[in-house]
Amino acid sequence: MSYDFLVHKNGDSVGVAVKDLKPGENARGRCLTENVEYPVKILDEIPLGHKIALKDIKENEIVIEYGEGIGIATKDICKGEHVHVHNLRSARWGDQT
Amino acid sequence: MNKIMAYRRADGSVGIRNYVLVIPVDDISNAAAEGVSKLIQGTLAVPHAYGRLQFGDDLELFFKTMIGTGSNPNVAAAIVIGIEPNWTNKIAEGIAKTGKPVEAFYVEKNGDLKTIEKASRAAIGLVEYATSLKREEVNIEELTISIKCGESDTTSGLASNRVVGRFVEQFVKIGGTVIFGETSELTGAEHIVANRFKRKEDKDKFLKMFNEYQEVIKNYGMDLLGSQPTQGNIAGGLSTIEEKALGNIQKIGNLEIDGALDFAEKPRGKGLYFMNTSSAAAEAVTLFAAAGAVLHLFPTGQGNVIGNPIIPVIKITANPITSSRMSEHIDLDVSGLLQLEKTLDDYAQLLWKKVWETANGKWVKAEILGHKEFVLTKLYRSA
Repeated sequence: MSYDFLVHKNGDSVGVAVKDLKPGENARGRCLTENVEYPVKILDEIPLGHKIALKDIKENEIVIEYGEGIGIATKDICKGEHVHVHNLRSARWGDQT
Repeated sequence: MNKIMAYRRADGSVGIRNYVLVIPVDDISNAAAEGVSKLIQGTLAVPHAYGRLQFGDDLELFFKTMIGTGSNPNVAAAIVIGIEPNWTNKIAEGIAKTGKPVEAFYVEKNGDLKTIEKASRAAIGLVEYATSLKREEVNIEELTISIKCGESDTTSGLASNRVVGRFVEQFVKIGGTVIFGETSELTGAEHIVANRFKRKEDKDKFLKMFNEYQEVIKNYGMDLLGSQPTQGNIAGGLSTIEEKALGNIQKIGNLEIDGALDFAEKPRGKGLYFMNTSSAAAEAVTLFAAAGAVLHLFPTGQGNVIGNPIIPVIKITANPITSSRMSEHIDLDVSGLLQLEKTLDDYAQLLWKKVWETANGKWVKAEILGHKEFVLTKLYRSA
């Protein structure tokens, strides 16, 4: 019995893949701090160490990891999608507007 | 594993290595310093790029770093070689305050060859002295340990940094001293760090350092996007500076912080200290060593290979790919934690064992591979 992804804090909107994940896979994740499991159907190729959306995230919504904001979604993201620099930006740096 | 065999220095500090260091004061004295280290076995030169026409705070930091390096408890004795007597003597006298043997030599009016000969003759006596010193039993918590990660990825925040964090909690609890830094890499987690300081003046000092650096970045008309997160970080799955920072601070566990230190400033007591540093690995570790750290814990995701001339740098990774492809650099593989194979405490125990072995004299991979990155922090251009 092994885990496909881990979640820092229950309530985070992303988890982190601990193996390479393929689209269509029914992945199983676990929270690091509580005995909570999360079943997610994977939509993209997600390499080890990369993030998966655990819920639908709206454009401009703050993305949560470690129970803290890690940036802002730059487009709508579906549960099971890869979350990285193509759809997430820093709220601190990189805002040229 | 709370007792180690280590070197007790004249000033009471405890070292785990026993170098006779040959310190060039300036870039143009590197050749003479390296000449000595080539001739005399058991000496080690630390060449660097600066030491000329620095001024103000930058010069002060230079002296602090050079004196701190020679004063480090891993150094048994030192030879200081500079182009002229004034700055050379200032560094030699600073180091001599620790009570260890120090000799100073000047290249001006002598030339490299005569300087190398004089310094080499002195070095023979210092190597005899250093090699006659014996390790003695001391408590492990007398060590000062520094922590900094590099080429991080999400496995750092999930596992390797957390293992270090649990170790640090346990080490500080028994009375150890730990220094962390990386001012720019706390962006996005600085509120968490700020609220961990025990004293308000340290919190304010930390926020001042943090904000000053954000201003420096802004004054260059830019942000650090593109360099923070690094390309290596992004390849490993880290998307933003906030995510990197939140992973970074896993290294201090849930501890409160005992103080905020300026560049290369020594901790004023036991406990956990923040030091204002660059996030560049070699610069930060050089500053930690100058403040008295004798051993460094370096969690890495994608595989940073840094070492230091005078302090062992232990590499810890939770990335199974890095662990297998870069095995010659990795001292401890904690990738099993990604599958929750054992508990965090179990892995912290493995790290404790690694620290204990290293403190007792076993070499780490960076020492075996000859990584000796000695990099001075420069605050601004020289005159």
